[in-house]
Amino acid sequence: MFAYIVRRVLATIPVMAFVALFVFSLLYVAPGDPAAVIAGDQATPEDVERIRASLGLDRPFLIRFGEWVWRILQGDLGVSIFTNLPVSTMIQQRIEPTLSLMIITLILAVSVAIPMGVIAAWQQGTTIDRTVMGFAVLGFSVPVFVVGYVLAYIFALELDWVPVQGYTPLKQGFFPWFQNLILPAVALGTVYIALIARITRATMLEVLQQDYIRTARAKGAGQRNILFLHALKNAAVPIVTVIGIGIALLIGGAVVTESVFAIPGLGRLTVDAILRRDYPVIQGVVLLFSFVYVLVNLMIDLLYTILDPRIRY
Amino acid sequence: MDRRNFLKATAGVAALTGTAGVSAPALSQGAAARTLRFVPQANLANFDPIWGTQYVVRNAACLVWDTLYGFDDKLEPKRQMVESEELTDGGKTWTFKLREGLRFHDGEAVRAQDVAASLNRWAVRDGMGQMIRAIQEEPVSAVDDRTFRWRLKSPYPKMLVALGKNNTPMAFIMPERLARTDPFQQVSEFVGSGPMRFVRNEWVPGAKAVFTKFDQYVPRNEPVSWLAGGKRMNLDRIEWIIMPDPATASAALMNGEIDWWESPLTDLIPSLRRNRNVQVDIQDPLGNIGAFRFNHLHAPFNDVRARRAVAMALSQEDYMRAVVGDDRSLWQTLPSFFTPGTPLYSEAGGDILKGPRNIDAARRLLAESGYNGQPITVLVAQDQAPLKAMGEVTNALLSSIGMRVDFVATDWGTVGQRRASKSLPGQGGWHIFHTWHAGADCTNPAAYLALRAHGDGAWFGWPTDNAVEAARNKWFDAPNLDAEKAAVAEMNSAAMSHVTYLPTGFYKVFQAWRRNVLGVIGAPIPFFWNVSKS
Repeated sequence: MFAYIVRRVLATIPVMAFVALFVFSLLYVAPGDPAAVIAGDQATPEDVERIRASLGLDRPFLIRFGEWVWRILQGDLGVSIFTNLPVSTMIQQRIEPTLSLMIITLILAVSVAIPMGVIAAWQQGTTIDRTVMGFAVLGFSVPVFVVGYVLAYIFALELDWVPVQGYTPLKQGFFPWFQNLILPAVALGTVYIALIARITRATMLEVLQQDYIRTARAKGAGQRNILFLHALKNAAVPIVTVIGIGIALLIGGAVVTESVFAIPGLGRLTVDAILRRDYPVIQGVVLLFSFVYVLVNLMIDLLYTILDPRIRY
Repeated sequence: MDRRNFLKATAGVAALTGTAGVSAPALSQGAAARTLRFVPQANLANFDPIWGTQYVVRNAACLVWDTLYGFDDKLEPKRQMVESEELTDGGKTWTFKLREGLRFHDGEAVRAQDVAASLNRWAVRDGMGQMIRAIQEEPVSAVDDRTFRWRLKSPYPKMLVALGKNNTPMAFIMPERLARTDPFQQVSEFVGSGPMRFVRNEWVPGAKAVFTKFDQYVPRNEPVSWLAGGKRMNLDRIEWIIMPDPATASAALMNGEIDWWESPLTDLIPSLRRNRNVQVDIQDPLGNIGAFRFNHLHAPFNDVRARRAVAMALSQEDYMRAVVGDDRSLWQTLPSFFTPGTPLYSEAGGDILKGPRNIDAARRLLAESGYNGQPITVLVAQDQAPLKAMGEVTNALLSSIGMRVDFVATDWGTVGQRRASKSLPGQGGWHIFHTWHAGADCTNPAAYLALRAHGDGAWFGWPTDNAVEAARNKWFDAPNLDAEKAAVAEMNSAAMSHVTYLPTGFYKVFQAWRRNVLGVIGAPIPFFWNVSKS
C-alpha cells in the first residue's frame, strides 16, 4: 500500500508538469494583452508597448517559460501583473471562502443525495422514485446561476432569512459564516445532488438484485439494515467515484456561484484573472486546482480499499 | 424584530450559553452610520493612478491623493493644494506656492520636492503633461519647501487645466520617494495626500478595498464643488465591495447590504425604482459618447469617401436604443464630437449625422470609394454590454450599404490587444471597433486623445488630418473663451469632414443609493466628501 501511495504521488509530478506546460502554452497563444488593459482606454500604442516591455511580455516564449518553471520549483508562483501582490498571497486571501463553500456543498450534497438515491431505489417505480428522479433531471438541467437567483429572491429578498451576498470569515463566528454560505451551497449542490442521487439509485438497484440481499431478507434482516448496511456498502465504490469526479463539477460551479453571491473566492479570482490576462494568477490557480483534483482522486483510490477489502494495490 | 435579527439574536444567545466563538461581531449603530458600503463600476485591481489609468483607479485615487487644482462643476480649475500661483517671464514661468499644513498619510509634511517629483512622473504619462515637457526649459523643481517652479520655452495657457483636470491620469501628489518610481512601474506603497487613507491590509483585489478617514487632512474653506473646495469627510470608513453580478448588486442594495451602487444596469432600474428605500438618479450629467472607430490605414477606410458613406447611413437613434433602451431622457443624437451642454459644445460640420439616413447615397459613395467587396473586420467585445449592442447595430448598418462583414465576436481583453495591430485586417488587424468616451473627457480637446489626427502617434486607427490638428493647437493657444469656442467649432467641423471617428450618440447612465445616504451628487466621479448616512 505504502509503495502504491508513493508511486501515485510520484505520478502526479509528470501530470502537474504537463498541466504547467499546457496552461503556459495556452496563455501564450491566447489573444489578449494585459498591457492594454493596464494602460486603459486613453493610452497610446506607445504607452501600451512600454508597459508590455516593463512586464517582460515581449520576451521569447522559452525564456518566459523557463523562468516561470524555475520559480515554481522554488515554490514561487510569481507576482500578479495587476495587483503587484504575490500570487500565493492572492490565493491565500481567497482560499478560505472557496474551501468553505466546497466543504458545505459536499456535506450537504452527500447527506441529501445518498438517502434520496437509496429511497428511490427501494421505492422503484413509485411516485417517490419518480419525484426523486424528476428532481435529478431538474438539477442537471437548471443552470447554477438560475438556482442561485431563485434562492436569493426567496430566502434573502422575500423572507429576509439570510444575506443576498458576501462572505464572513469563520473566525468571525460560525453562524454568520454559515448564513452567508448556505444559499450558495444549495445552489452549487443542486447539480451535485442530482448526480450522486442518480448514481446511488442505479447502483443500489443493481445491488438489491444480488443473491446476498435475498439471503439477508430470508434471514429476517430489517429493511433499514438491508438498505444501509448490506446494499449501500456494496454500492459504495461507484458512488465514491462519482463524488470524487464531482469535485471538478464543484470547482467549475464555484466560479459561477461565487460571482452570483459575490463570494471573494478562487473562482472569481480565476475569472477576473482570465478577463484581464493576468497570466501569473491564472497559471497559479490552475496549477492549484489541478493539484487538488489529482489529490482527491488519489484519496478516492485509497478509499476503495476500505470500502471493498477485495481491492488491493 | 425581523427574522434576520432574530437569527442573529439566537446566535448571540448561543454564544452566551457556552458556545463561545460562534457569534458575529456587530457594528454599533454609530459605526454603521459612519461606514459606507459602495459598489464601484469595476474591480480595483491595482492602485497606482499614474501607472494604470482605468477610471476605477482614478476614482479611488481621488479619495487618497489630492491634486494641486481641481475641476469644479463648471469645469473650471480651482486651487486645491495650491495657495497661490504666479505667471511671469511673458507667460513662460509658472511659480506655485503650496498651502500650509498639508500632510501625507504617514504624517510627513507635503513639500515642494514631493510635488515636483509627482509632476515629473505624471508628465511622462499624461498627454497634456507630455506637451508641457516638450516645451519645458527645465523640469519642474522645488524653490523651497512650499514653492515650486516650472519654466517653459513658450507660454502654455492651459497649465491650470492640465494640473486640475479629471481625465486620467490626473496629477496626483505623492511623496517624493514614491513619485520617483518609473512611470511604467507600479508604486509599492500607497501613502496619500487626500482625505482618506487606503487600508492596504484589507485590500482583496477583485473583492474589497477599504478607505478610512485621514484626520490630519486640511480641507479648504470654500464650499466643495466636485474636485474643488473643502473636501470634508462625514464618513469614517468607506468599503468598496466589488460585485460582478448586477442582479446580486441590485438585490443587495434593496436588502440594505450595500449603500450605494455606482452603475446599475439600465434593465434593473424599474425594480430599483419600485423599492421605497432606494433612490435612483443620473450618475453623471456629462454622460458618455459612443464611438465607432475606423482603421484609417487600410482600404476601404483609408479613403474618406468610404468613411463618409458609413456616416451618411449611420443612425445614432438605432445605436442609442440598442445601448440604452427607449427612455429618451437617457440619450440623444449627437452631431458633434463634444459633450452636449458644456461651454465649448459645437455642432459645426455635423450635418452628415443629422436628418433622415440616406442609404442609397451611401451605397453610391461607397462604390465611388472603390470598395471591392472585401470583408470588413469588426471587433466586437461581447463582455461589454454597450459594445456588444453597438457591434450588432454596426453589423446591420454595414450590410445595409452592401459591405461584407467579418464579425469578430470576442472579449474586451482581445479587442484591447488586436486594436493595437497595424497589420492588414485579414492578418490579425482590423477595420472597426467600438468603444465609448466619458463625456468628461470630451468637454474640450485637452485630453481628447480619440480626436487626435496625427497619424502614427494618434489613437488606435491612426487618423491623419492636418486641419484637425491645427484647430486643436488653436484651442491650446486660445486666450479667452470665445477663441476657445471658435477653435473647438473648427476642430469639430474638420473632424466631421475627415470622419476621424463616428460618434454613435450621447447617453447617460444611472446610479442608485439607499435613501438614508445623503449628499450623493451626479458627477463624472463618485465624490464621497459631504456624503453621510442618517
